[in-house]
Amino acid sequence: MTTALIVLPLTAALVVWLLPLPARVAGGLALAAMLAETALWGVAVARFDFGESLQLVDRQTWFSDLGVSYHVGFFGFSLWLAGVSIVVCTAAIAYAWWARRERARAYHGLLLFLTGAIVGVFAAQDLLVFYVFFEAMLIPLYVLIGVWGGVRRVQATVKFVIYTMAGSLLMLASIVVLGLSQGTFDLVESGRSDSVWIFLGFLVAFAVKAPLFPFHGWLVDAYRESPPELSAILSGVVSKAAVYGLLRIGIAKFGEPVQDLQLAILVLAAVGLVYASLLAFRARDVRTVVAYSSMGQMSLIVMGLFSLNEIGVTGSIVHSVAHGLVSAALFLLAGMVEARTGGTSDFARIGGLAKGRPAFATLVLIVGVIALAVPGSAIFAGEFLILTGIYDQGWWWSAIGAGAIVLAAMYMLRAISGILHRSRELQPPAGTRDLRPAELGVLVPLVAALLFLSAWPASISERSFPPAPEEAAEVTP
Amino acid sequence: MIETPKLDWLALAPTLALLGASGVALLASVLVPAGLRRAAAALVAFGGFVGAGVLAAILFEESGEARAVLAESMTRDRFGALAAMIVAGAGALSVLVSWGERRRDHAGEYYALLAAAGAGMVFFVTASNLMTLFLGLEWFSIALYILCALDTHRTTSLEAGLKYLVVGSFGSAILLFGCGLVYGATGEISFGAIATGADGDDLLLLAGLAMLLAGLAFKISAAPFHMWTPDVYQGAPTSVTAFMSAATKVAAFALTLRVLTVAFPEQEHLWTVAVAALAVASLAIGNLAALVQRDLKRLLAYSSVSHAGFMLIAVAANSELGGRALLYYLIPYSAMSIGSFAVVAARERQLGVPATLDNIGGFLWERPFLGASMWVFLLGFMGMPLTGGLLGKFYVFAAAYEAGWTWLVIVGVVATAVSLYYYLRVALAMWTRDEPEASSLRPVVAGGAIPRDPLLVTAVAASLAVTVGSFVLVQPLIDLARDAAAALPF
Repeated sequence: MTTALIVLPLTAALVVWLLPLPARVAGGLALAAMLAETALWGVAVARFDFGESLQLVDRQTWFSDLGVSYHVGFFGFSLWLAGVSIVVCTAAIAYAWWARRERARAYHGLLLFLTGAIVGVFAAQDLLVFYVFFEAMLIPLYVLIGVWGGVRRVQATVKFVIYTMAGSLLMLASIVVLGLSQGTFDLVESGRSDSVWIFLGFLVAFAVKAPLFPFHGWLVDAYRESPPELSAILSGVVSKAAVYGLLRIGIAKFGEPVQDLQLAILVLAAVGLVYASLLAFRARDVRTVVAYSSMGQMSLIVMGLFSLNEIGVTGSIVHSVAHGLVSAALFLLAGMVEARTGGTSDFARIGGLAKGRPAFATLVLIVGVIALAVPGSAIFAGEFLILTGIYDQGWWWSAIGAGAIVLAAMYMLRAISGILHRSRELQPPAGTRDLRPAELGVLVPLVAALLFLSAWPASISERSFPPAPEEAAEVTP
Repeated sequence: MIETPKLDWLALAPTLALLGASGVALLASVLVPAGLRRAAAALVAFGGFVGAGVLAAILFEESGEARAVLAESMTRDRFGALAAMIVAGAGALSVLVSWGERRRDHAGEYYALLAAAGAGMVFFVTASNLMTLFLGLEWFSIALYILCALDTHRTTSLEAGLKYLVVGSFGSAILLFGCGLVYGATGEISFGAIATGADGDDLLLLAGLAMLLAGLAFKISAAPFHMWTPDVYQGAPTSVTAFMSAATKVAAFALTLRVLTVAFPEQEHLWTVAVAALAVASLAIGNLAALVQRDLKRLLAYSSVSHAGFMLIAVAANSELGGRALLYYLIPYSAMSIGSFAVVAARERQLGVPATLDNIGGFLWERPFLGASMWVFLLGFMGMPLTGGLLGKFYVFAAAYEAGWTWLVIVGVVATAVSLYYYLRVALAMWTRDEPEASSLRPVVAGGAIPRDPLLVTAVAASLAVTVGSFVLVQPLIDLARDAAAALPF
């Protein structure tokens, strides 16, 4: 089951690459594969018993002398993370199909490959398997930004690759050391380590991926220069690989080092949260707002994780899922803005897009309002849990988090009014119409999922970790 | 009456197969009608390599226990047999890559020399005394000197041959001097006897060991003995470069590990440090110099220096895990190396000029299979997933950590990070299209059509299969490597 979820997109990628199909057909095929993948994930959820721990396990010895095996499976929380990835990637592929990307076969194949790798990361139960999928994500991302990106794509790619690879290679060293010292690379079998150095190796990799202050140097360029659907995947989904890594490897495998570094990580996360929120407020274009808002939300998620109690961690998962959807929807909306203004989302040049575009305006408003954590929204549910959880560590952390919600409201409202209302001298070209049916088809499912989560956040919060405390202890200390 | 040693034909069989192929190919270049010479010689050489590979596999199967043969001048063991298998595989692929080179003169001699070099390497990896060591080394080196200079109409080829000859002879001379000192110190030439006859702190012996190591470092192109590598790799015919980059490395590494572990176990604390130093130098120099290269063959040459550094880490570990790591690493590395040089050769034949970063633009779209394969090879060099390159590095790092060389792991990690830059530059250059410089070169040799070269494509496909296959099917390869490494006394 789990293997099928990983292999289906990878196989589809091979098919799309190898068969000499016309561009439209290749894109359609990719979308069909992703819809099948979504359905398969639905089946997995139906079969999943949320009262239990690790399930849907596939295990096969890979090479025995170092104790490495192909071991995949899902926990409740990782199944949700995988689900949001699949949904967002499906939306992204649908959008790419609609946007008629050049060299469609290569493009869609890479997106499918990326999807398979992301699902693999969330399913990995072996250190080396985790590394393999973690790195495998990087290959398509590198090509997609470097070839299909905007004007400054090469710079963005180089920054992105150097940051992420520096992090991952430190992680490889940590994996080697941790695995050998434990005698196995299996995450289920291996015990805990007390080495701060090994933990730091992992931490840097995840801090880059999230990104956490001060490892965010690659963020803006990558999010701004990528095609919008790729930014959606990057911010919505790829960043969640860090969440999974921090939880499954960081917190689960390092007891003492996590305690020792908790304060430092919380400080970094808090600084990142406030800093990113302020930068988002000062940003000049829509994409940068969403990019920094994404960084801020990821910092908040990390705060929740390192509250090291069940409420905070659960909140982080809820927030991860909700933020994945919100962030993806926002980047796709930014792409739709750019498609209507000749490729720019600069606040100085756009505005007044609400007039005569009711569907567009409605969706921007819904997603924007959810993003600023209005009470009752899915994002609010996650933030509330995180702030409750972090309160244990001191009231001031919650205060900082709550302050950041105010900042989020400021930058989100500024962005919404910048897109929809304020009219500039440079009016959008007369021909730019409201959302096309295809665009609605991409966005509406994402927004529907968000509204569903807003109405019933317990669907995730009560189904992430098994209720029995001794089993939950396997993941949360 | 001189007593002749008992011959172990099976131990010699891979060498003899290649030597025989070499002789037949040479005869063919005289006796066979001119039009068929190239085909006959290539076929014979290919058969020789395949035969040697098969015989080496049989030898591997039959040599569960290591023993000295031929008056203790050779060792018959699984370690040598596995190395011979890799060399034979690399040679067979090189023949396929060479076929499209369309040389008019010396076609027969080319294949004969290729087989002769292979024979020398297969012999070299089994050497168990200083005489056979030197004999094997010179045997394949001389064949390679000529091969490098074989394109007599190209000055760069002649230059490469001459450089390799001069620098290589210098290396051989140092090695020979080292052998002499070791013999002087111990009075023995057999590796095993050197180990027992050695007085741990004998300066003469240590000087000999140092020179021996330096001589071997020339062959594995480890910095700072790598000076010849970029020039020779760049100037030599690309198919020869492909062969050298893979087979020479395999042979030289296999023997380095053998001579160090068998003959100098007492001096372990010294040579592991020396090898670690060589590794660090190779990683640093190879990667930094590769950053500024524009010629692809030169870039790959520096990349091979840096990979020598990785493999030296495994040697420095001086453990069974290290031996396994080295042997495993060599398999995907050889495949990636031959594959990438084959792709470079394809581009050169298409353009008629050396392939550089400036004229590979759009290659991925012109020849999707070769371009995509090149991508995989580059990812493998980087140590990315889905290639054996990742697991090779993983094994090397594991061996280093286990042996207590944690700082070498860090150096390796940093070196890998640096290497990304130049590999990715090549990878990205193949995507870009319609560069002005590239389009001026677009007119292809024969009337605009891309030259068809099914054998080269086959070789690339085989390399690709090994590169990816060694990632998926690790266990069988590790089992092979384990059996082979068990033959050495760690």
